[in-house]
Amino acid sequence: MPEVQPKPKRKTDIGPPHYENFLPPIIKENYGKWKYHEILRPGVMVTVSETDARLYTVRAASPRLLSIDKIRAYADLADKYCRGYLRFTSRNNVEFLLTDESRIDPLIKDLQALGHPVGGMGNSISSIVHTQGWVHCHSAATDASGVVKSVMDELIEYFTEMKLPAKLRIALACCLNMCGAVHCSDIAILGIHRRPPKVDRSKIKVMCEIPSVVSACPTAAVKPATIDGVPSVEVIEERCMFCANCYTVCPAMKLNDALNDGISIWVGGKVSNARSEPMFSKLAIPFLPNNPPRWPEVTSAVLNLVEVWAKNARKYERMGEWINRIGWPRFFEMTGIPFEKVHIDDFKHAGLTFKRSAHLTY
Amino acid sequence: MADKKRSTPKLDELEKGEWPSFVKEIKIAAEKNPMANDLLGQLERSYEEKIGHWKHGGIVGVLGYGGGVIGRYSDLPEEFPNVSHFHTLRINQPAGWFYTSDALRKLCDIWEKHGSGLTNMHGSTGDLVFLGTRTEELEPVFRELTELGFDLGGSGSDVRTPSCCCGMARCEWACYDTMALTYFLTMHYQDELHRPAFPYKWKFKMSGCPNDCVAAVARADMSIIGTWRDDIQMNDSAVTEYAKSGTDIQKDVVGNCPAKCMEWDGKKLKIDNRACVKCMHCINAMPKALAPGKDRGACILIGSKAPIVEGALLSSVLIPFIKFVPPYKELTDLVEKIHEVWSENGKNRERVGEFIQRVGMGNFLEAIGVEPIPEMVAHPRENPYVFYEEYFEEESEDDKNA
Repeated sequence: MPEVQPKPKRKTDIGPPHYENFLPPIIKENYGKWKYHEILRPGVMVTVSETDARLYTVRAASPRLLSIDKIRAYADLADKYCRGYLRFTSRNNVEFLLTDESRIDPLIKDLQALGHPVGGMGNSISSIVHTQGWVHCHSAATDASGVVKSVMDELIEYFTEMKLPAKLRIALACCLNMCGAVHCSDIAILGIHRRPPKVDRSKIKVMCEIPSVVSACPTAAVKPATIDGVPSVEVIEERCMFCANCYTVCPAMKLNDALNDGISIWVGGKVSNARSEPMFSKLAIPFLPNNPPRWPEVTSAVLNLVEVWAKNARKYERMGEWINRIGWPRFFEMTGIPFEKVHIDDFKHAGLTFKRSAHLTY
Repeated sequence: MADKKRSTPKLDELEKGEWPSFVKEIKIAAEKNPMANDLLGQLERSYEEKIGHWKHGGIVGVLGYGGGVIGRYSDLPEEFPNVSHFHTLRINQPAGWFYTSDALRKLCDIWEKHGSGLTNMHGSTGDLVFLGTRTEELEPVFRELTELGFDLGGSGSDVRTPSCCCGMARCEWACYDTMALTYFLTMHYQDELHRPAFPYKWKFKMSGCPNDCVAAVARADMSIIGTWRDDIQMNDSAVTEYAKSGTDIQKDVVGNCPAKCMEWDGKKLKIDNRACVKCMHCINAMPKALAPGKDRGACILIGSKAPIVEGALLSSVLIPFIKFVPPYKELTDLVEKIHEVWSENGKNRERVGEFIQRVGMGNFLEAIGVEPIPEMVAHPRENPYVFYEEYFEEESEDDKNA
């Protein structure tokens, strides 16, 4: 009888590796004992501990979508400069952690040669947090990586230098699902659908649960209907606000539409508590066309917003704080963006967004 | 490579310019990997037609897990057969996104063997993302990942992969150990993370201070934001240094204080710490001179989310201040109570924030056994329509009815 090899036990629920395995010695020694930090120049920061240990961080841009070849190149740089230690940031930058100040310049040179500019600290624009877009998502109303690349090519000087009044955070989500949670960004670039779902009657019966499709609609625009004896749904089009929640629960309710999909721009959100409380972003530009590969309408709109803000905001004033000081009428006047009917909210609690005083500038 | 190189005139435009190019990344991968090559082809088609070509989800995964893999299929499988399946694996990142070159190389080796060779460092929730593979590769990838000590993250209606700022590892402002708490919660909720059993997703995000570098207040069902209760630590001579080296303390620091709790007479900075709202501005402006106090902990807020389904919400205060001591029993007791009430009463695809909106914060607090306090509201209600639950009756009314 042939000997049967016992199957190796299948490991599950082990969780991620413990972070201590990945901390450089200087961090382990000074964990919780840091005293202050200082940005030495764009993309370079020193963190100083109670015992005067000095950790240098060099931050470089990344497209988020990385090949394993590039990750290996990062690993090589980490070996060469940082005893093999590196980290990534919440905005998808890569950070190298050095203890030898004299190694900063050679590292920056190597990063630049690799095509990864250094910056994104202090009063700058850091990398754009973004979603998958046409690279990987079924509900995308626009691409993500291509728009981000086009916008950052325009704004790169604000990444590599620190010449803005405050930090500026841009985020992109390719549909209203907002995997990137862009709704509290200084500038949010948001893909939108504008055509109600097309019901695929041949598929809906087999692929979807009709009651859950109906209940998925926050405005009761989807109603059960029997069409030619077959259970289906009908859409009351004037009630549709293109949230795509029905599509999320049912593939037979597709909203994607090349003629009507595009991009909206939102401004003035923030998550930090510094000075003012966290704020949602508000609608600035209701619609810009999808114009790949470079989305020129989007890049010039974003550049305009950045430049008008940068020229007029006071030191430390984030986009939303600047707008709150000058008022929305001035914002629309200064940016040259036309104010339209759709700028006025008409969903729940819309009344709270109306101007309810005579505090106006003339 | 057997497959012909795809012609991609539109995508080629995105190789130009100074910002790192994702097209270059896909092309590097495509030199060795047919999946990446077909991804290029399909993406070029999307750029021509201005529409995506991925089909809606599909349930795929690894044995015994309900989350961690996002099923994805091309709607043009005949033209782009190598991306007919293009599933994503979410891999639970190490807390704080710290790595060693050795761990990264081993992860790359796994992905070279079993997938497209493309990744996201990282996805929006925080996971390390392996972008694109076939159904039959999922188990082998999973086996090799677990051998290496990594595991899948969350997806669907489960505890999503918790994430945090770098906290005490590199920040003097961390008011609690964000990475320790993130690791603890991730391990404590392994079952809930891998086996979706909630009405909808549940996200934990840990920020070490009110600057909130991981945007906890905007996108976590439970946002845990570090703060302090005592006086801001101040080094007077360092304040003077800032003044001497050009900081306009009156205008830039005092003038931006939202609580108007600071005074500067040109020599000495005074802070009325009772009035300070812990916004961080003065500390951000003068990190060498000011620091959060010594009595540090966190504020727990609840309920934020992006728009789907009923509109976006920011988190609101649930517990104004908590000191964290492992094993974090006070926190897990609270979370378990919330999960119980929400799981029992939440509707399908109803985040806890929307659930609270529907049932009322007062009722929610009662159900989870937390006392209402004024810290939880921006102001008391303005609307007089109160749902009182009980009323008195005259004894005589009963008599009359008897």
